[in-house]
Amino acid sequence: MLTTKNDTAFGHGVPTTGFAHEGTPGASATFDVQRIRADFPILREIVHGKPLVYLDSANTSQKPESVIRAMDDYYRHANANIHRATHLLSERATKLYEGTRANVARFINAPDAKSIVLTTGTTDGINLVAASYGRMVLKPGDEVLLSWLEHHSNIVPWQILCEQAGARLRVAPINDLGEIDIQAYEHLLSDRTRIVAISHVSNALGTINPVRHIVAKAHECGAVVLLDGAQAVPHLVVDVQALDCDFYVFSSHKMFGPTGAGVLYGRKSLLEAMPPYRGGGDMIASVTFEKTAYNQVPYKFEAGTPNIAGVVGMGAAIDYFGSFDRAAAQAHEDDVLAYATERVRAIPGTRIIGEAADKTGVLSFVLDHAHPHDVGTILDREGIAVRTGQHCAQPIMDRYGIAATVRASLAIYNTREDVDALITSLARVREVFG
Amino acid sequence: MSELSDLYQEVILDHNRRPRNFRPIDDASRTQEGYNPLCGDRLTLYVKLDGRSIVDLSFQGSGCAISKASASLMTEALKGKTVEQARELFDRFHDMVTSSTDVAAPDLGKLSVLSGVREYPTRVKCASLAWHTLKAAVADGTDGPVSTE
Ligand SMILES: Cc1ncc(COP(=O)(O)O)c(C=O)c1O
Repeated sequence: MLTTKNDTAFGHGVPTTGFAHEGTPGASATFDVQRIRADFPILREIVHGKPLVYLDSANTSQKPESVIRAMDDYYRHANANIHRATHLLSERATKLYEGTRANVARFINAPDAKSIVLTTGTTDGINLVAASYGRMVLKPGDEVLLSWLEHHSNIVPWQILCEQAGARLRVAPINDLGEIDIQAYEHLLSDRTRIVAISHVSNALGTINPVRHIVAKAHECGAVVLLDGAQAVPHLVVDVQALDCDFYVFSSHKMFGPTGAGVLYGRKSLLEAMPPYRGGGDMIASVTFEKTAYNQVPYKFEAGTPNIAGVVGMGAAIDYFGSFDRAAAQAHEDDVLAYATERVRAIPGTRIIGEAADKTGVLSFVLDHAHPHDVGTILDREGIAVRTGQHCAQPIMDRYGIAATVRASLAIYNTREDVDALITSLARVREVFG
Repeated sequence: MSELSDLYQEVILDHNRRPRNFRPIDDASRTQEGYNPLCGDRLTLYVKLDGRSIVDLSFQGSGCAISKASASLMTEALKGKTVEQARELFDRFHDMVTSSTDVAAPDLGKLSVLSGVREYPTRVKCASLAWHTLKAAVADGTDGPVSTE
């Protein structure tokens, strides 16, 4: 399908906070979803005798040919350990690895590649900040402020930290639409707040949070802010300097890259002040049994041999974002989400969970006649992959008084036809459960 | 490939719509919570014992059709049985839902309607939740009225 660069043509959920909307230089202003689909070999897969309809990208995205090839090439032509040996292969591997770091910095407009710590994923990045920065600053009576929308991985590390430090975990509530209650958030901020940790986009509901405002208000109270960007980077153009956040974390596997790689962006002055997270090789400058001098940032946080092929694949995934127009892709995704929302809403007995004004990529819903888990099984037999359950976000389920939802989540390769297939199969659910 | 109707047999749909023994037991000897964090299925099992005999068995909670029907069928199957017989049936039920699909499923009478979950590895946990909860409820081997609460 063809879309124009005119976002307003779709009039839905195009965010205005914190992101540049310019297309990638050199990319075409139109968005050819069939061309995009051709880049993802798995989309030609047949499951249970039906063509795969993949609506589970918030869980993990599929990978384009270029990412698969980059990792394969790495193992065929460049595999060696990084930063350590003098031979040519090690030089190649190091170049690819450090090249990705620089690539990541450009991708999220970080001021300096040295402010990019390569991790194994979002969970790893949050744990690093909680264990290193958190333990350094948190005193008894201090507070860490989250929102009700967080993924378990942006809750549990802070809970552990608060317990150890004698600090208090506070949670900003959400309204019925699934938006953070900003007044309540501001009310919870105080001079006791040391850390604010909030998702840029909610994985369970798709809400885009007003993170620029959230960051500014936190800074007024002297708190630092970690943004969980796991669900934002696949959809939105992220600019960490425009957001002015102190930490930004995300996973490669949700943005068309491989599993086991991810990013922690940190304000360099903070990273420099922070103690190491894990000890080992590569994170040191010199070691004696009396004393170890740590390496500079970001290497101080990268102990041991990393997932080099994963990082290379993540680099290829970032390059992939340069192969299409970002604004046009976003308009396409918004169109598919609006269409899906409208079609699902029209099914009698359906309740959509999360109807924020600003949303991307996620449609969560429940049916009054069938449990989400049964819906998931029936859809699977029709070739449709969705996630059912609580989406690692039990507090949200509790907030809505439900145990689980069906979650259809989108990426750039999804189409209105995918939505049509979902709707047809939901009718099949009705047949079984009547 | 199996048909969906092998999983969602009429008996299962019926027990999902009208679960049997879906009520609390006020003077239960044991009360046990069961929770499947993956899908959010939750149930409370009430067991009334007379010596080693299960004289009443009921449940409450929310869950998918498979877990609800399995709990409902279990309460029917175990009422009047001894704790030892219940444990033995647990093992046989467990074998049935995890057995290879290459061989015929063991015949467990009415409970056999759940053998279809063998084809759906992601649903085995749903079918076994009530049974695991029961196993925990009668685990300590103490005779007489003891509540785990
Ligand atoms: C918002 C959010 N935060 C954190 C995570 C955890 O990411 P990972 O499992 O890649 O570490 C996820 C993934 O489900 C997520 O959606």
